[in-house]
Amino acid sequence: MTMINVKNLNVWFGRGRDRVDAVKGATFAVERGDSFGLVGESGSGKSTILRAIMGLAPDWSGQITVDGNVISGRRKPAFYKQVQMVFQDPYASLHPRHSVDQVLGETLFLHGFEGIDTRVAKLLDDVGLGAKFRFRYPHQLSGGQRQRVAIARALAAEPQILLLDEPTSALDVSVQAEILNLLADLREERGLTYVMVSHDLSVVGHMCNNLAVMKDGEIVEIMGVDALRNMQAKHPYSQHLLEASV
Amino acid sequence: MSETQGLRAWLLTDTPTSRRHAKYAAAYQGWLSFRSNTMAMIGLWILVFLIFVAVAAPLIAPHDPFEQTLSNRLQGLNSEGHLLGTDSLGRDILSRLIYGSRITLFIVGLVALIAPITGLLVGTVAGYVGGWTDTILMRITDIFLAFPRLVLALAFVAALGAGIENAVLAISLTAWPPYARMARAETLTIRSSDYISAIQLQGAGPMRIITKHIWPLCISSLIVRVTLDMAGIILAAAGLGFLGLGAQPPSPEWGAMISEGRRFILDSWWVATVPGLAIFTVSLAFNLLGDGLRDVLDPKDAEK
Amino acid sequence: MTLLDVKNLWVKFPSRHGVFDAVRGVSFTLGRERLGIVGESGSGKSLTGRSILKLIRPPGIMTADQISLEGEDLMQKSEKEMQAVRGQRISMVMQDPKFSLNPVMTIGEQIMEAYRLHNSVGKKAAFIKAVEMLEAVSIRDAERVMRAYPHEMSGGMGQRIMIAMMLIPNPQILIADEPTSALDVSVQRQVLDIMDKLVTERGMGLIFISHDLNLVADFCDRVLIMYAGRIVEVCDADKLHEAKHPYTQGLLNSLPRLDAPCARLKVLQRDPAWSEAPSVSGRI
Repeated sequence: MTMINVKNLNVWFGRGRDRVDAVKGATFAVERGDSFGLVGESGSGKSTILRAIMGLAPDWSGQITVDGNVISGRRKPAFYKQVQMVFQDPYASLHPRHSVDQVLGETLFLHGFEGIDTRVAKLLDDVGLGAKFRFRYPHQLSGGQRQRVAIARALAAEPQILLLDEPTSALDVSVQAEILNLLADLREERGLTYVMVSHDLSVVGHMCNNLAVMKDGEIVEIMGVDALRNMQAKHPYSQHLLEASV
Repeated sequence: MSETQGLRAWLLTDTPTSRRHAKYAAAYQGWLSFRSNTMAMIGLWILVFLIFVAVAAPLIAPHDPFEQTLSNRLQGLNSEGHLLGTDSLGRDILSRLIYGSRITLFIVGLVALIAPITGLLVGTVAGYVGGWTDTILMRITDIFLAFPRLVLALAFVAALGAGIENAVLAISLTAWPPYARMARAETLTIRSSDYISAIQLQGAGPMRIITKHIWPLCISSLIVRVTLDMAGIILAAAGLGFLGLGAQPPSPEWGAMISEGRRFILDSWWVATVPGLAIFTVSLAFNLLGDGLRDVLDPKDAEK
Repeated sequence: MTLLDVKNLWVKFPSRHGVFDAVRGVSFTLGRERLGIVGESGSGKSLTGRSILKLIRPPGIMTADQISLEGEDLMQKSEKEMQAVRGQRISMVMQDPKFSLNPVMTIGEQIMEAYRLHNSVGKKAAFIKAVEMLEAVSIRDAERVMRAYPHEMSGGMGQRIMIAMMLIPNPQILIADEPTSALDVSVQRQVLDIMDKLVTERGMGLIFISHDLNLVADFCDRVLIMYAGRIVEVCDADKLHEAKHPYTQGLLNSLPRLDAPCARLKVLQRDPAWSEAPSVSGRI
């Protein structure tokens, strides 16, 4: 069953002469339980697609369907319970003055959960952070620990879909391995659907079943991960990208 | 001894065990970095002393600040019974200075409440909501900014009538626009950050985002700015007092005291100089404090 | 021939919780070669690079038995004498070119100014030289780039321009601190090729600081692996994949690989003994 269906998506910033088309006619579908990768170089519009799905990009056209519901206008609370996002830079995605407890507690409160205290403890446990991290502030955490908190925040609403915007590009390789393993475990435990943006083909090759290669706002090729591993890209740009990253 | 050390370790921990613990630890670490700034500590001590003087005025003032002894007018420094001399009506300058600190604190306290809060409200709403709201609120701010501060205050006082309360109101009305500008600028950067996007994705409304997420980050820089501006506010109040539009005689407001002493400045220089020195000291203290607070509170440094 | 000889370098940061040793007793030499320093964030690799130019800001303190540049001990030099070394004999390329270029001057003006600072020539000659420099870093259309401002340049262009500027005074040593981390993979390759060509042609020594093991293995001759302020292993770059130290092996194993898919990545198990063991010498 198709979880996310994006048809002919255009996203632009500014208007008139200043208009910049960040995404042009993107079309792809993600099945339930699948992991879909979006790869491309900086400025190719891959993160913008995620932001458009989440309602963080104001101007877009086309059709986005999530679990059979067509998305339009302001996102409803039910949407946020279904789809959540993890941002690229864990140093910028946590409020500098809020402790881990505040971040998770407020998120749970906003989603209308009961028993927030036990749920915060459970969430921290789920992302591999013990109770001793609960009352720390972001500046008392390492990059990997921050990203775990960000993942816990995204999981608080118990969503079915996680949009991952370069979740490990700001982290060291050994920490990246831990976070990727955590994401893989969570996917298995909760049956999550992932859409993952990355510039790193080997990360996408590790995490995803299918991927789309983007260039200048357009999807130039959609392929399975086996084709990627066997270096069977069809489009010259994807071939070029593959060669550069091996 | 071991207990205080235990407390210190408890406060310095990187692994707080409860909400309260985390708050205390953060506050204590802020205090430690503030304490290491000697100049800021000097400023703080001067202000603590000022507050003490204001509270204990009736106990420490040697004379009644309003008691006139015309036979004893314009006594010099260190004259009999009058450490800082007497003014043109024979009133003890030291006692007037001590009572005047109450008025100074009153002005400072009220302005420090009204102006930044107004500015914060206007600025964050304009910055976060954007669009027409932003345009309208910011044009109003610009209009207030376009007038010279003292002239606008003068106009207000002239319309409302002379008096210390109206002076405070007038100063507050002229002091808020810079805070609004600053709060708006900060809101614009904060608004586009990932942690605001993240909380939006949890379904938080604009009210919650402004009050719980944007304000805590704006307030620290506002506090710094207010303490740095305090000197200017005291001077504006003194200026209004000097022009006879602030505190009215016989109130021992420092600016009014200078104004009274002006006529004798050549023969009895201390009558105007002593309250002038008091204004200078308090202004300086606020500036030093503001500098120290900036080091502690600035959110950009909190990241390190 | 040894260009640079660093013996027992320490960098300490006093803090409220006691002294923090960021670099602990690092020794290495640099010849006319490409020397890679790899490690994770906080391993002290960037501080090591900065120490060579004595660019550690207070409250940080650096000490070393010696840092000799062709026999001259830099530790004995005053701040003023160091200024003649920085840029002239040892140059540094930083991670993000956006912060290293002056935003209100055109690129041409900046390169010409840098060139005339080191050589007493007229504007005309400086202009010709600047165009030459830009062409040397494979910038086509150099005269148009000369008139452009830094913000009009892409990341890869900016980094090439930085390299061009760093090479003007003909330094003996180039320190590159993550010069390609902010760049896309395809551009990364080009910038590396340019650096490689220049280093070989001019017989310079290159210190290449990076977190990317594969990149360093590919690009350098010799590699120092740093962990917690120490060098834990020194090896030839082409033998990096046969590295013996468990930390190096752990780092290599934790990378996802396209040719070897697996369900879970190997996670690096850190042994506290690694940070206690004395630093391995990188001297030849």
